[in-house]
Amino acid sequence: MIAAIEPSWYLILAAMLFSIGAVGLLIRRNPLVMFMCIELMLNAANLTFVALAIKLGDINGQTAVFFVMVVAAAEVVVGLSIIVSILRRKPGATADDLAELKG
Amino acid sequence: MNTTFLEYLVFFAAAAMVLGGAIGVITLKNPVHAALGLVLTLFGIAVQFVAQEAHFLAAVQIIVYAGAIVVLFLFVIMLLGVDNAMDLSIEPIRVQRPLAAIMGLGLVSLLTAAIIKADSATVLPNAVGDGLDIATVTGDSDSNIKQLAENLYGDHIFAFELTSVLLIVAVAGTVVLTRKWPRNQEMADAESANTSGTSK
Repeated sequence: MIAAIEPSWYLILAAMLFSIGAVGLLIRRNPLVMFMCIELMLNAANLTFVALAIKLGDINGQTAVFFVMVVAAAEVVVGLSIIVSILRRKPGATADDLAELKG
Repeated sequence: MNTTFLEYLVFFAAAAMVLGGAIGVITLKNPVHAALGLVLTLFGIAVQFVAQEAHFLAAVQIIVYAGAIVVLFLFVIMLLGVDNAMDLSIEPIRVQRPLAAIMGLGLVSLLTAAIIKADSATVLPNAVGDGLDIATVTGDSDSNIKQLAENLYGDHIFAFELTSVLLIVAVAGTVVLTRKWPRNQEMADAESANTSGTSK
């Protein structure tokens, strides 16, 4: 007889997802892909919230995920508009080309 | 075939989706393929939400993330025409990738150790939620949405109203940031032409 799935398994999965996102943020140079890595880390945090909501029997964790999603949507909108205005000025720019904030 | 086996199957299939998509995001050269890897990860997370009885969040995950955010990413990629494959063999800082890999492995092992250690610890009685038990107890799939709605529109109504302000500010900021200002643009161009002329 095998044991049921425990909430800590979800937490470990979320830890792995967060680390992959952090490594991707460090090794990639394309600003769009770096932004996707931030989304990966946000999703890892959401998975942690839901797993702990189950573990502690508290619905507030799921409410927090709702707010994280709203803030992530707003963040993506603003971040992508910044990337659009940067890449319009400097086509093909990578994170290295943006080391100085000079236009 | 008992339910525990099915739970295992769902967990490991969705975990493979999540991790495979995430590795795809950070390794694929083409940004469009990376965005598709992101879709795979987000669907895997939605499956994990369903497995944990968070039905409403699973629906929102698919509608907002996979439906809106990834489409926005793809839109920007197509709009800017940056969908050509980037050369990943260039390593701008010499030992950065091995260091990043070591940091990632260290982060995973530290977090896993902390989770396993915290799992055996006892939960403080006042850390447990105040009677708002999750729908797994009742087994009713609608009760999750009801509980979430009561919590959101009861305890967190002010924060909920503030998110509408946040979304309006984000939309207005985006319009201001990406709009082309014809007169200012000409002035800026003339100015930069002047400065470059004098510097030569």
